[in-house]
Amino acid sequence: MVRKLIFSIFRYNPADPSSRPQTKKYKLEETENLNLFVALNKIREEQDPSLQFDFCCRAGICGACAMVINGRPGLACHTKAKDLPADISLMPLPGFKLVGDLSVDTGTWFRSMNEKVESWVHTDKKFDPQAEEERMGNDVAEKIYELERCIECGCCVSACATAQMRDDFLGAVALNRIARFIIDPRDKRQEKEYFEVVGTDQGIFGCMGLLGCEDVCPKHLPLQDQLAFVRRRMGIHALKRILPWKN
Amino acid sequence: MQIIYSDLLCIGSGLAGERVAIEAAQAGFDAVCLSLVPPRRSHSSAAQGGMQAALGNCIKGEGDCPDVHFLDTVKGSDWGCDQEVARMFADNAPVAIRQMAYWGVPWNTVVPGQSCYYKGGEKLEKEEKADCKGLITARDFGGTAKWRACYCSDGTGHAMLYALDNVAVQSGVKVHDRTEAISLIHDNEKCMGAVVRCLKTGELRAYLAKATLIATGGFGRIYRASTNAIINEGGGLVIALDTGVVPLGNMEAVQFHPTGIVPTDILVTEGCRGDGGTLLDVNQERFMHVYEPEKAELASRDVVSRRMTEHIRKDLGVKSPYGDHLWMDIRHLGEKHITTKLREVYEICKNFLGIDPIHELIPVRPTQHYSMGGVRTNKDGAAYGLKGLFSAGEAACWDMHGFNRLGGNSLAETVVAGMIVGEKIVEFLKENETGFDTGVVGSGLKKQQERIEKLISGEGKEEVYAVRDAMQDVLMDYVGIFRNEQDLSLAVDKLKEIHERANNIKLKSNGLGANPEMAMALRLPGMVRLALCVAYGALERKESRGSHAREDYPERNDRDWLVRTLAYWKEGSELPELKYEPATTIVEIPPGDRGYGGGKIISAETKEA
Repeated sequence: MVRKLIFSIFRYNPADPSSRPQTKKYKLEETENLNLFVALNKIREEQDPSLQFDFCCRAGICGACAMVINGRPGLACHTKAKDLPADISLMPLPGFKLVGDLSVDTGTWFRSMNEKVESWVHTDKKFDPQAEEERMGNDVAEKIYELERCIECGCCVSACATAQMRDDFLGAVALNRIARFIIDPRDKRQEKEYFEVVGTDQGIFGCMGLLGCEDVCPKHLPLQDQLAFVRRRMGIHALKRILPWKN
Repeated sequence: MQIIYSDLLCIGSGLAGERVAIEAAQAGFDAVCLSLVPPRRSHSSAAQGGMQAALGNCIKGEGDCPDVHFLDTVKGSDWGCDQEVARMFADNAPVAIRQMAYWGVPWNTVVPGQSCYYKGGEKLEKEEKADCKGLITARDFGGTAKWRACYCSDGTGHAMLYALDNVAVQSGVKVHDRTEAISLIHDNEKCMGAVVRCLKTGELRAYLAKATLIATGGFGRIYRASTNAIINEGGGLVIALDTGVVPLGNMEAVQFHPTGIVPTDILVTEGCRGDGGTLLDVNQERFMHVYEPEKAELASRDVVSRRMTEHIRKDLGVKSPYGDHLWMDIRHLGEKHITTKLREVYEICKNFLGIDPIHELIPVRPTQHYSMGGVRTNKDGAAYGLKGLFSAGEAACWDMHGFNRLGGNSLAETVVAGMIVGEKIVEFLKENETGFDTGVVGSGLKKQQERIEKLISGEGKEEVYAVRDAMQDVLMDYVGIFRNEQDLSLAVDKLKEIHERANNIKLKSNGLGANPEMAMALRLPGMVRLALCVAYGALERKESRGSHAREDYPERNDRDWLVRTLAYWKEGSELPELKYEPATTIVEIPPGDRGYGGGKIISAETKEA
């Protein structure tokens, strides 16, 4: 039997003086292989053309369509209706500024995060266009790529209790990024410099270890391992600072 | 009205746009990038399999060099490319890829020793050399003589985009994301910037700059079924075309990728076939080697897509509720290979098809994928027609791809063109000053403001999504892989009518703020003009070359059609005006046989019949 789905969707358009935050219901018949990308576009095109939401690649690669789906942050594009009950609630990701309805401003947040953690290779070397590339073991490259697979969707931030309590918490995404540079031999930063970036309550020591981040990460990044890795490195560095003869 | 000044305005913040912006920022200029989405969500991130650069590090790439890469590119283009540009490209690709490594891309590297690989379903052995250990390795891709597609698993574009955006942040490139340029500000001689709509608030702004770059990627979304991200609607091409003085080159050259999945049209990388995956028909039998004895599954994309369509037309496709398709088989590559080297493919199959490619076949068919055409530029990336306007990447017709792009050459183009055009823009910024005519800026803003008001409270009758569907139907039905006069004439007639409808839209919603219906209504008339450039250009080009396959003119005609189409659009017209220029002024390799595809050629020496 074809299910009748009922979508309860958060609606608010800050640019419309008559708009008030509310949940609106939309009915949709379930079709074969229906996912939330198709469903939301159907609702927009057939029922309410003002409905705001974000999709881009619609293939689980770009991270644009993160939202809270029945209470859990996830990518809408790869969420199938058949895996959900007939009542589906959709809310915008918390922790990011609302643009309208299900659309949030992740760009500003992530740019600021990338600036704070100085998310680039720090090196004194100049690029020499004539020279062969610097050699790297394939196993090292694959380890870096494993962490590089983050798509900055924001799910880990929205599922993080610390991030919900303090705006300045960097979140698992930033700590994973730091871990990525720690294992990259091209990045010449020393422990001390990483410590300055993440050795604080805004960084690794703010993490309460609840690991909502790992639970919701749509790319299944090993965030728990990375948090432990960064915490251990930064913890040892903090101890060394207290015990000067250890330096 | 807010006015924002900069030295360089990059419209588009994918790999090409950001690479150019970095060049300018590192030379001390103020660079602002506009982007429909946060820059790391740009469609560059979806490029999976690899970037072509003739490093020749891996054993199956031994002896590779820019000359071979150049030859492959020219053959791939079916001699439609500008050979001077293709040469610059091939020569600079090794530099660009090493720079990406320097900037942090974790390229897969050579592991010395014995390993096995697959070709046409057959298991073969190779031995990598010890002295190449740790250098960037490569995989096989279609239409190439050597293994040349350098990769990071199958998230190559993602890794490159993240590395490049890191450098953009480091270099102080400003990115204004969720903004859309909806017209260029110009006086028919020079470009002064763009009128831009903020997609967070709906407000209009003017961005004024000494130099403006269009790097908005392709326009695949004029088709219903496309591997492109939904943002690839050709906005940058539209604003260039709408100036009336900037032409779009070779718009009829549209690439169909052999392996879009069915349904949903998401791409699975050419790396699947490069790594030894095979195409199977309804009887689960290989067929490509029958059509293409030498290259088999690894002929160029235009050829494989045509052969697949031919095979489906022989009723050897697999029936499905979504139409006929074929199978891709990567099962023999094994679990380890699939979950490491083809990881995105694995996830896409699991998440979007609910199948496990380690044990099951993947349903695929040719799907719109890439736009060889775009804003016509010279070899420096400077657009024809307006001083101070540049273009790079898929949005541009620079033109190294001619009538068919080789897999892995688009990622390479973004960073190679970004580097070369970036240097030229820096020269331009150093040598030129400009003035901004407030009258031109004001009237440009006013015109767009009036369009917006008319959509909210005008007399329009049409609904935006119905008109968009009508346009997509026409392209899907009549402007596909195989083309003919009857279909194309019909397409042009229908699109003319749809263009009128697109100019007669009224919103159903109130249009306030970041209203998505407004955004689509503002884009749509321009998208229909792009569709007309494709269909009309295809109708007029009476030959078959690369991806442009005419059933009624099956020969490649070097006597009459070794030319590039230039489409201009005069305001108020119902069709583009087509002009032509020689495909290339420098000829290193005279037109010849590609070695695959089996097409007939009318050579330039042939006398007119």
